[in-house]
Amino acid sequence: MAHGFLVHCKEDDVGVAVRDLAADETVEGVFMDTGEGVTLTMISVVPLGHKVALRDMAEGHECREYNEVIGRVTAALRQGEHVHVHNIRSARWSR
Amino acid sequence: MTTFLGYRRKDGTVATRNYVAIIPVDDLSNAAVERVSHVIQATVPLLHPYGRLQFGDDLDLHFRTLTGTGANPNVAAAVVIGIEPNWTKVVVDGIAKTGKLVAGFSIEEHGDIDTIARAAKAAREFVQESSEVQREAIPVREAVFSIKCGESDTTSGLASNPALGVAVDWLIEQGATVMFGETSEITGAEHLIAGRMATPELQEKYLQVHQAYQQFILDTGFDLLGSQPTQGNIAGGLSTIEEKALGNIQKTGTKPINGVLAPAEAPSGHGLYFMDTSSAAAEAVTLWAAAGSVFHFFTTGQGNVVGNPIIPVMKISANPKTVNTMGEHIDVDISGLLSRDLTLKEAGVEIIVMMQRIASGRLAAAEVLGHREFVLTKLYRSA
Repeated sequence: MAHGFLVHCKEDDVGVAVRDLAADETVEGVFMDTGEGVTLTMISVVPLGHKVALRDMAEGHECREYNEVIGRVTAALRQGEHVHVHNIRSARWSR
Repeated sequence: MTTFLGYRRKDGTVATRNYVAIIPVDDLSNAAVERVSHVIQATVPLLHPYGRLQFGDDLDLHFRTLTGTGANPNVAAAVVIGIEPNWTKVVVDGIAKTGKLVAGFSIEEHGDIDTIARAAKAAREFVQESSEVQREAIPVREAVFSIKCGESDTTSGLASNPALGVAVDWLIEQGATVMFGETSEITGAEHLIAGRMATPELQEKYLQVHQAYQQFILDTGFDLLGSQPTQGNIAGGLSTIEEKALGNIQKTGTKPINGVLAPAEAPSGHGLYFMDTSSAAAEAVTLWAAAGSVFHFFTTGQGNVVGNPIIPVMKISANPKTVNTMGEHIDVDISGLLSRDLTLKEAGVEIIVMMQRIASGRLAAAEVLGHREFVLTKLYRSA
Protein backbone atom coordinates (compact mmCIF):
# COMPACT_ATOMS: atom_id res chain seq x y z
CA MET A 1 0.00 0.00 0.00
CA ALA A 2 1.21 3.48 -0.88
CA HIS A 3 -0.15 5.25 2.20
CA GLY A 4 1.23 5.06 5.74
CA PHE A 5 -1.58 6.77 7.62
CA LEU A 6 -5.31 7.58 7.32
CA VAL A 7 -7.16 10.69 8.51
CA HIS A 8 -10.88 10.55 9.38
CA CYS A 9 -11.77 14.13 8.36
CA LYS A 10 -10.15 17.05 6.57
CA GLU A 11 -10.47 19.17 9.77
CA ASP A 12 -8.59 16.68 12.00
CA ASP A 13 -5.32 17.47 13.81
CA VAL A 14 -4.13 13.85 13.76
CA GLY A 15 -3.78 10.91 11.41
CA VAL A 16 -3.67 7.18 12.34
CA ALA A 17 -0.71 5.04 11.25
CA VAL A 18 -1.75 1.92 9.31
CA ARG A 19 1.79 0.48 9.52
CA ASP A 20 4.76 1.16 11.80
CA LEU A 21 6.19 4.54 10.75
CA ALA A 22 9.90 5.40 11.18
CA ALA A 23 11.18 8.64 12.73
CA ASP A 24 12.67 10.22 9.63
CA GLU A 25 10.54 8.93 6.77
CA THR A 26 8.41 10.97 4.40
CA VAL A 27 5.03 9.31 4.35
CA GLU A 28 1.80 9.59 2.37
CA GLY A 29 -1.60 9.85 4.04
CA VAL A 30 -5.20 9.84 2.82
CA PHE A 31 -8.18 11.87 4.07
CA MET A 32 -10.99 9.32 4.27
CA ASP A 33 -13.82 11.83 3.83
CA THR A 34 -12.44 13.53 0.70
CA GLY A 35 -10.05 10.88 -0.67
CA GLU A 36 -7.34 13.57 -0.96
CA GLY A 37 -3.70 12.75 -0.31
CA VAL A 38 -1.26 14.45 2.08
CA THR A 39 2.50 14.13 2.60
CA LEU A 40 4.17 14.36 6.01
CA THR A 41 7.76 14.13 7.28
CA MET A 42 7.87 12.08 10.47
CA ILE A 43 9.93 13.25 13.45
CA SER A 44 9.15 10.36 15.81
CA VAL A 45 8.41 6.64 15.58
CA VAL A 46 4.65 5.99 15.38
CA PRO A 47 3.53 2.34 15.67
CA LEU A 48 0.55 0.94 13.74
CA GLY A 49 -2.68 2.31 15.21
CA HIS A 50 -1.02 5.25 16.94
CA LYS A 51 -1.53 8.89 15.98
CA VAL A 52 0.72 11.39 14.24
CA ALA A 53 0.34 15.20 14.47
CA LEU A 54 -0.63 16.76 11.13
CA ARG A 55 0.32 20.24 12.37
CA ASP A 56 2.05 22.03 15.23
CA MET A 57 -0.19 22.30 18.32
CA ALA A 58 0.35 24.53 21.36
CA GLU A 59 -0.22 23.37 24.94
CA GLY A 60 -3.94 23.69 25.77
CA HIS A 61 -5.05 23.19 22.16
CA GLU A 62 -8.20 21.07 21.79
CA CYS A 63 -7.00 18.21 19.61
CA ARG A 64 -9.50 17.01 16.97
CA GLU A 65 -10.14 13.59 15.40
CA TYR A 66 -13.45 12.55 13.73
CA ASN A 67 -13.83 16.37 13.57
CA GLU A 68 -14.57 16.19 17.31
CA VAL A 69 -12.47 17.06 20.38
CA ILE A 70 -10.58 14.00 21.65
CA GLY A 71 -8.60 15.79 24.37
CA ARG A 72 -6.36 18.69 25.31
CA VAL A 73 -2.69 19.05 24.39
CA THR A 74 -0.53 18.89 27.57
CA ALA A 75 2.89 19.33 25.93
CA ALA A 76 3.40 21.31 22.72
CA LEU A 77 3.36 19.11 19.62
CA ARG A 78 5.19 19.45 16.34
CA GLN A 79 4.00 18.24 12.95
CA GLY A 80 5.10 14.64 12.41
CA GLU A 81 5.28 13.85 16.14
CA HIS A 82 3.72 10.87 17.96
CA VAL A 83 0.47 11.97 19.69
CA HIS A 84 -0.48 9.87 22.72
CA VAL A 85 -1.02 9.87 26.49
CA HIS A 86 2.30 11.71 27.07
CA ASN A 87 1.11 14.83 25.23
CA ILE A 88 -2.72 14.79 25.17
CA ARG A 89 -5.22 14.15 27.96
CA SER A 90 -8.99 13.75 28.29
CA ALA A 91 -10.79 17.09 28.51
CA ARG A 92 -13.71 15.30 30.19
CA TRP A 93 -12.00 13.36 32.92
CA SER A 94 -9.02 15.37 34.11
CA ARG A 95 -7.43 15.29 37.52
CA MET B 1 -29.84 -13.07 1.00
CA THR B 2 -32.04 -11.89 3.83
CA THR B 3 -32.58 -15.17 5.68
CA PHE B 4 -30.64 -17.55 7.89
CA LEU B 5 -31.36 -21.12 9.00
CA GLY B 6 -32.64 -20.85 12.54
CA TYR B 7 -35.16 -22.20 15.00
CA ARG B 8 -38.68 -20.86 15.38
CA ARG B 9 -40.12 -20.98 18.92
CA LYS B 10 -43.70 -21.38 20.15
CA ASP B 11 -43.94 -17.73 21.24
CA GLY B 12 -42.97 -16.51 17.75
CA THR B 13 -39.35 -15.65 18.59
CA VAL B 14 -36.44 -16.96 16.51
CA ALA B 15 -33.14 -18.54 17.53
CA THR B 16 -29.65 -19.30 16.23
CA ARG B 17 -28.86 -22.05 18.76
CA ASN B 18 -30.84 -24.80 20.51
CA TYR B 19 -29.63 -25.31 24.09
CA VAL B 20 -30.95 -26.87 27.27
CA ALA B 21 -29.78 -24.54 30.05
CA ILE B 22 -29.27 -25.56 33.68
CA ILE B 23 -29.63 -22.37 35.72
CA PRO B 24 -28.67 -21.92 39.38
CA VAL B 25 -30.76 -19.30 41.19
CA ASP B 26 -27.89 -18.72 43.64
CA ASP B 27 -24.24 -19.49 44.33
CA LEU B 28 -25.15 -22.40 46.64
CA SER B 29 -26.82 -24.28 43.78
CA ASN B 30 -23.82 -24.24 41.47
CA ALA B 31 -22.60 -27.63 42.71
CA ALA B 32 -25.90 -29.37 41.87
CA VAL B 33 -26.12 -27.60 38.49
CA GLU B 34 -22.60 -28.66 37.60
CA ARG B 35 -23.37 -32.33 38.52
CA VAL B 36 -26.56 -32.35 36.42
CA SER B 37 -24.58 -31.07 33.44
CA HIS B 38 -22.14 -33.95 33.92
CA VAL B 39 -24.88 -36.58 34.13
CA ILE B 40 -26.90 -35.29 31.17
CA GLN B 41 -24.92 -34.48 28.02
CA ALA B 42 -25.64 -31.51 25.76
CA THR B 43 -26.73 -29.27 28.61
CA VAL B 44 -25.31 -25.82 29.36
CA PRO B 45 -24.62 -25.04 33.04
CA LEU B 46 -24.77 -21.28 33.76
CA LEU B 47 -22.70 -21.04 36.93
CA HIS B 48 -22.45 -17.66 38.74
CA PRO B 49 -21.50 -16.35 42.20
CA TYR B 50 -24.65 -14.43 43.31
CA GLY B 51 -28.31 -14.72 44.32
CA ARG B 52 -28.29 -14.57 48.12
CA LEU B 53 -29.38 -11.59 50.24
CA GLN B 54 -29.70 -9.26 47.29
CA PHE B 55 -32.42 -6.61 47.53
CA GLY B 56 -34.12 -3.76 45.64
CA ASP B 57 -32.95 -2.89 42.12
CA ASP B 58 -30.03 -5.29 42.44
CA LEU B 59 -32.34 -8.23 43.18
CA ASP B 60 -34.69 -7.18 40.36
CA LEU B 61 -31.74 -7.18 37.95
CA HIS B 62 -30.65 -10.60 39.23
CA PHE B 63 -34.08 -12.11 38.56
CA ARG B 64 -34.44 -10.26 35.24
CA THR B 65 -31.09 -11.57 34.05
CA LEU B 66 -31.68 -15.21 35.06
CA THR B 67 -35.27 -15.22 33.80
CA GLY B 68 -34.28 -13.47 30.58
CA THR B 69 -31.46 -15.92 30.00
CA GLY B 70 -33.80 -18.87 30.43
CA ALA B 71 -36.39 -17.15 28.23
CA ASN B 72 -33.83 -16.38 25.47
CA PRO B 73 -34.96 -18.04 22.21
CA ASN B 74 -31.61 -19.87 21.95
CA VAL B 75 -32.61 -21.81 25.08
CA ALA B 76 -35.05 -24.55 23.99
CA ALA B 77 -35.69 -25.69 27.56
CA ALA B 78 -34.44 -24.81 31.04
CA VAL B 79 -33.88 -26.56 34.36
CA VAL B 80 -33.70 -24.18 37.33
CA ILE B 81 -32.15 -25.12 40.68
CA GLY B 82 -32.24 -22.95 43.82
CA ILE B 83 -31.53 -23.45 47.49
CA GLU B 84 -35.18 -22.68 48.47
CA PRO B 85 -38.49 -22.88 46.56
CA ASN B 86 -39.74 -19.27 46.52
CA TRP B 87 -37.01 -17.50 44.56
CA THR B 88 -36.66 -20.62 42.38
CA LYS B 89 -40.33 -20.25 41.49
CA VAL B 90 -39.83 -16.58 40.50
CA VAL B 91 -37.30 -17.62 37.85
CA VAL B 92 -39.27 -20.69 36.69
CA ASP B 93 -42.54 -18.72 36.33
CA GLY B 94 -40.74 -15.98 34.36
CA ILE B 95 -39.30 -18.49 31.91
CA ALA B 96 -42.61 -20.41 31.66
CA LYS B 97 -44.30 -17.34 30.11
CA THR B 98 -42.50 -18.18 26.84
CA GLY B 99 -44.31 -21.54 26.70
CA LYS B 100 -41.05 -23.49 26.62
CA LEU B 101 -40.18 -26.55 28.69
CA VAL B 102 -38.99 -25.49 32.16
CA ALA B 103 -38.73 -27.25 35.52
CA GLY B 104 -37.59 -25.97 38.91
CA PHE B 105 -36.02 -27.81 41.84
CA SER B 106 -35.06 -26.61 45.30
CA ILE B 107 -32.43 -28.18 47.50
CA GLU B 108 -33.81 -27.54 51.02
CA GLU B 109 -35.66 -30.59 52.46
CA HIS B 110 -34.11 -32.77 49.72
CA GLY B 111 -30.33 -32.33 49.74
CA ASP B 112 -28.03 -32.14 46.74
CA ILE B 113 -28.12 -35.82 45.74
CA ASP B 114 -31.88 -36.15 45.45
CA THR B 115 -32.10 -32.73 43.75
CA ILE B 116 -29.45 -33.73 41.20
CA ALA B 117 -31.35 -36.95 40.43
CA ARG B 118 -34.70 -35.21 39.97
CA ALA B 119 -33.23 -32.36 37.91
CA ALA B 120 -31.24 -34.80 35.76
CA LYS B 121 -34.41 -36.73 34.90
CA ALA B 122 -36.09 -33.53 33.72
CA ALA B 123 -32.98 -32.46 31.81
CA ARG B 124 -32.80 -35.86 30.08
CA GLU B 125 -36.35 -35.45 28.82
CA PHE B 126 -35.76 -31.82 27.72
CA VAL B 127 -32.57 -32.65 25.81
CA GLN B 128 -34.19 -35.48 23.86
CA GLU B 129 -37.30 -33.42 23.17
CA SER B 130 -35.40 -30.34 21.95
CA SER B 131 -32.90 -32.37 19.91
CA GLU B 132 -35.62 -33.02 17.32
CA VAL B 133 -36.28 -29.35 16.58
CA GLN B 134 -35.23 -28.53 12.99
CA ARG B 135 -33.67 -25.40 11.51
CA GLU B 136 -35.73 -23.54 8.92
CA ALA B 137 -35.27 -20.42 6.78
CA ILE B 138 -35.95 -17.32 8.88
CA PRO B 139 -35.85 -13.67 7.71
CA VAL B 140 -33.13 -11.68 9.53
CA ARG B 141 -35.77 -9.04 10.29
CA GLU B 142 -37.23 -11.38 12.91
CA ALA B 143 -33.97 -11.74 14.83
CA VAL B 144 -32.60 -9.74 17.77
CA PHE B 145 -28.90 -8.83 17.63
CA SER B 146 -26.41 -7.06 19.88
CA ILE B 147 -23.13 -5.26 19.18
CA LYS B 148 -20.05 -4.35 21.21
CA CYS B 149 -16.38 -3.59 20.69
CA GLY B 150 -13.60 -4.70 23.03
CA GLU B 151 -9.85 -4.35 23.46
CA SER B 152 -10.40 -1.55 20.99
CA ASP B 153 -7.67 0.43 19.33
CA THR B 154 -7.64 3.07 16.64
CA THR B 155 -8.23 0.40 13.97
CA SER B 156 -11.64 -0.16 15.62
CA GLY B 157 -12.75 3.44 15.08
CA LEU B 158 -11.06 3.67 11.70
CA ALA B 159 -12.22 0.40 10.18
CA SER B 160 -13.98 -2.45 12.03
CA ASN B 161 -16.55 -0.26 13.81
CA PRO B 162 -17.62 1.76 10.74
CA ALA B 163 -17.83 -1.53 8.79
CA LEU B 164 -20.09 -2.98 11.50
CA GLY B 165 -22.05 0.29 11.30
CA VAL B 166 -22.73 -0.48 7.63
CA ALA B 167 -23.97 -3.96 8.62
CA VAL B 168 -26.14 -2.54 11.42
CA ASP B 169 -27.72 0.01 9.07
CA TRP B 170 -28.56 -2.87 6.71
CA LEU B 171 -30.08 -4.95 9.54
CA ILE B 172 -32.23 -2.01 10.66
CA GLU B 173 -33.36 -1.45 7.06
CA GLN B 174 -34.44 -5.11 6.97
CA GLY B 175 -36.53 -4.51 10.09
CA ALA B 176 -34.31 -6.38 12.58
CA THR B 177 -33.65 -5.39 16.20
CA VAL B 178 -30.15 -4.35 17.30
CA MET B 179 -29.01 -3.42 20.82
CA PHE B 180 -25.89 -1.48 21.81
CA GLY B 181 -24.79 0.02 25.15
CA GLU B 182 -21.54 0.69 27.07
CA THR B 183 -22.69 3.74 29.05
CA SER B 184 -19.24 4.78 30.31
CA GLU B 185 -17.60 4.32 26.97
CA ILE B 186 -19.79 6.85 25.18
CA THR B 187 -18.36 9.68 27.30
CA GLY B 188 -17.21 12.29 24.78
CA ALA B 189 -19.68 11.17 22.10
CA GLU B 190 -22.93 11.26 24.12
CA HIS B 191 -24.07 14.39 22.23
CA LEU B 192 -23.96 12.40 18.98
CA ILE B 193 -25.96 9.46 20.44
CA ALA B 194 -28.42 11.85 22.13
CA GLY B 195 -28.92 13.59 18.78
CA ARG B 196 -30.03 10.31 17.19
CA MET B 197 -32.75 9.48 19.75
CA ALA B 198 -36.12 9.14 17.97
CA THR B 199 -38.00 11.48 20.34
CA PRO B 200 -37.15 14.33 22.76
CA GLU B 201 -38.35 12.10 25.63
CA LEU B 202 -35.87 9.38 24.69
CA GLN B 203 -33.13 11.98 24.36
CA GLU B 204 -33.81 13.19 27.89
CA LYS B 205 -34.00 9.62 29.21
CA TYR B 206 -30.66 8.76 27.59
CA LEU B 207 -28.91 11.87 28.93
CA GLN B 208 -30.28 11.08 32.42
CA VAL B 209 -28.80 7.56 32.24
CA HIS B 210 -25.50 9.02 31.06
CA GLN B 211 -25.48 11.71 33.77
CA ALA B 212 -26.44 9.24 36.51
CA TYR B 213 -23.45 7.16 35.54
CA GLN B 214 -21.07 10.15 35.64
CA GLN B 215 -22.48 11.03 39.07
CA PHE B 216 -22.00 7.46 40.29
CA ILE B 217 -18.31 7.71 39.38
CA LEU B 218 -17.95 11.11 41.09
CA ASP B 219 -19.66 9.77 44.22
CA THR B 220 -17.09 6.98 44.53
CA GLY B 221 -14.41 9.66 44.89
CA PHE B 222 -12.37 8.06 42.12
CA ASP B 223 -12.10 8.63 38.39
CA LEU B 224 -11.91 6.26 35.46
CA LEU B 225 -8.61 7.52 34.07
CA GLY B 226 -6.76 4.30 34.95
CA SER B 227 -9.54 2.09 33.54
CA GLN B 228 -10.89 3.98 30.54
CA PRO B 229 -9.11 3.76 28.16
CA THR B 230 -7.82 0.33 29.27
CA GLN B 231 -4.15 -0.59 29.20
CA GLY B 232 -4.88 -2.60 26.04
CA ASN B 233 -6.56 0.42 24.42
CA ILE B 234 -3.54 2.61 25.20
CA ALA B 235 -1.10 0.02 23.83
CA GLY B 236 -3.21 0.08 20.66
CA GLY B 237 -2.90 3.86 20.31
CA LEU B 238 -6.09 5.18 21.94
CA SER B 239 -5.22 8.16 24.15
CA THR B 240 -8.45 9.41 25.78
CA ILE B 241 -12.01 8.33 26.61
CA GLU B 242 -13.32 10.82 24.04
CA GLU B 243 -11.28 9.25 21.27
CA LYS B 244 -12.40 5.78 22.35
CA ALA B 245 -16.06 6.89 22.48
CA LEU B 246 -15.97 8.49 19.03
CA GLY B 247 -14.54 5.24 17.63
CA ASN B 248 -16.99 3.13 19.64
CA ILE B 249 -20.14 4.75 18.29
CA GLN B 250 -19.12 4.21 14.65
CA LYS B 251 -20.49 0.65 14.98
CA THR B 252 -24.01 1.90 15.77
CA GLY B 253 -24.44 3.09 12.18
CA THR B 254 -26.59 6.08 11.34
CA LYS B 255 -30.20 5.10 12.09
CA PRO B 256 -32.47 6.70 14.70
CA ILE B 257 -32.46 5.07 18.15
CA ASN B 258 -35.88 3.76 19.18
CA GLY B 259 -35.43 3.09 22.87
CA VAL B 260 -33.36 3.36 26.05
CA LEU B 261 -33.36 0.07 27.97
CA ALA B 262 -32.53 -0.77 31.58
CA PRO B 263 -29.91 -3.53 31.99
CA ALA B 264 -31.35 -6.87 30.71
CA GLU B 265 -34.65 -5.20 29.68
CA ALA B 266 -36.06 -6.69 26.47
CA PRO B 267 -36.77 -4.26 23.60
CA SER B 268 -40.49 -3.78 22.92
CA GLY B 269 -40.23 -3.41 19.15
CA HIS B 270 -37.87 -3.42 16.17
CA GLY B 271 -35.02 -1.06 15.34
CA LEU B 272 -31.98 0.21 17.21
CA TYR B 273 -31.90 0.31 21.04
CA PHE B 274 -29.46 1.66 23.62
CA MET B 275 -29.09 -0.39 26.84
CA ASP B 276 -27.49 0.94 30.03
CA THR B 277 -24.61 -1.55 30.41
CA SER B 278 -21.09 -1.79 31.69
CA SER B 279 -18.41 -1.66 29.02
CA ALA B 280 -16.88 -4.90 30.34
CA ALA B 281 -17.42 -7.44 27.57
CA ALA B 282 -18.76 -10.50 29.41
CA GLU B 283 -21.09 -8.47 31.66
CA ALA B 284 -22.54 -6.55 28.73
CA VAL B 285 -23.04 -9.58 26.45
CA THR B 286 -24.72 -11.45 29.34
CA LEU B 287 -27.18 -8.53 29.74
CA TRP B 288 -28.03 -8.42 26.02
CA ALA B 289 -28.50 -12.21 25.92
CA ALA B 290 -30.88 -11.86 28.88
CA ALA B 291 -32.78 -9.21 26.87
CA GLY B 292 -33.24 -11.65 23.99
CA SER B 293 -30.25 -11.16 21.71
CA VAL B 294 -29.63 -14.38 19.76
CA PHE B 295 -26.43 -13.25 18.02
CA HIS B 296 -23.62 -10.91 19.02
CA PHE B 297 -21.28 -8.93 16.73
CA PHE B 298 -17.98 -8.13 18.46
CA THR B 299 -15.32 -5.91 16.90
CA THR B 300 -11.83 -5.96 18.36
CA GLY B 301 -8.55 -4.19 17.75
CA GLN B 302 -6.03 -5.69 20.17
CA GLY B 303 -7.89 -9.02 20.45
CA ASN B 304 -10.67 -9.53 23.01
CA VAL B 305 -11.50 -13.27 23.32
CA VAL B 306 -14.94 -13.12 25.01
CA GLY B 307 -17.75 -15.60 24.33
CA ASN B 308 -21.15 -16.42 25.82
CA PRO B 309 -22.75 -19.75 26.79
CA ILE B 310 -26.07 -19.22 24.96
CA ILE B 311 -25.38 -16.85 22.05
CA PRO B 312 -22.64 -16.94 19.39
CA VAL B 313 -20.18 -14.03 19.69
CA MET B 314 -18.68 -13.32 16.26
CA LYS B 315 -15.30 -11.54 16.26
CA ILE B 316 -14.43 -8.95 13.65
CA SER B 317 -11.00 -7.32 13.42
CA ALA B 318 -9.30 -4.85 11.08
CA ASN B 319 -5.95 -4.88 12.89
CA PRO B 320 -3.50 -6.81 10.68
CA LYS B 321 -1.23 -7.63 13.67
CA THR B 322 -4.11 -9.08 15.71
CA VAL B 323 -5.46 -11.05 12.77
CA ASN B 324 -1.96 -12.47 12.39
CA THR B 325 -1.09 -13.22 16.03
CA MET B 326 -4.60 -14.17 17.30
CA GLY B 327 -6.16 -15.53 14.12
CA GLU B 328 -7.92 -18.40 15.88
CA HIS B 329 -10.17 -15.89 17.66
CA ILE B 330 -11.19 -13.88 14.60
CA ASP B 331 -14.22 -14.85 12.46
CA VAL B 332 -14.09 -11.92 10.04
CA ASP B 333 -10.76 -10.42 8.92
CA ILE B 334 -11.34 -6.98 7.40
CA SER B 335 -7.77 -5.68 7.75
CA GLY B 336 -7.98 -4.92 4.02
CA LEU B 337 -9.74 -1.72 5.10
CA LEU B 338 -6.46 -0.24 6.37
CA SER B 339 -4.66 -0.94 3.10
CA ARG B 340 -7.75 0.37 1.26
CA ASP B 341 -8.02 -2.93 -0.63
CA LEU B 342 -11.51 -3.26 0.84
CA THR B 343 -14.27 -0.62 0.96
CA LEU B 344 -16.50 -0.15 4.02
CA LYS B 345 -19.45 -1.43 2.03
CA GLU B 346 -17.58 -4.61 1.03
CA ALA B 347 -16.48 -5.13 4.64
CA GLY B 348 -20.12 -4.68 5.78
CA VAL B 349 -21.18 -7.39 3.33
CA GLU B 350 -18.46 -9.75 4.66
CA ILE B 351 -19.79 -9.19 8.19
CA ILE B 352 -23.39 -9.94 7.16
CA VAL B 353 -22.40 -13.05 5.17
CA MET B 354 -20.44 -14.53 8.10
CA MET B 355 -23.29 -13.62 10.48
CA GLN B 356 -25.67 -15.65 8.29
CA ARG B 357 -23.28 -18.63 8.28
CA ILE B 358 -22.76 -18.57 12.06
CA ALA B 359 -26.43 -17.87 12.79
CA SER B 360 -27.23 -20.89 10.60
CA GLY B 361 -25.03 -23.23 12.62
CA ARG B 362 -21.35 -22.66 11.79
CA LEU B 363 -19.56 -22.47 15.15
CA ALA B 364 -18.00 -19.09 15.93
CA ALA B 365 -14.33 -19.00 16.97
CA ALA B 366 -15.31 -18.22 20.57
CA GLU B 367 -17.61 -21.27 20.67
CA VAL B 368 -14.94 -23.60 19.31
CA LEU B 369 -12.39 -22.23 21.80
CA GLY B 370 -14.80 -22.82 24.70
CA HIS B 371 -15.45 -19.19 25.69
CA ARG B 372 -18.70 -19.31 27.69
CA GLU B 373 -18.41 -16.27 29.96
CA PHE B 374 -21.63 -15.80 31.93
CA VAL B 375 -21.16 -12.75 34.16
CA LEU B 376 -23.98 -11.18 36.15
CA THR B 377 -24.03 -7.42 36.72
CA LYS B 378 -24.23 -6.56 40.42
CA LEU B 379 -25.39 -3.04 41.26
CA TYR B 380 -24.28 -2.92 44.91
CA ARG B 381 -23.28 -5.18 47.81
CA SER B 382 -25.73 -7.64 49.32
CA ALA B 383 -27.44 -7.29 52.68
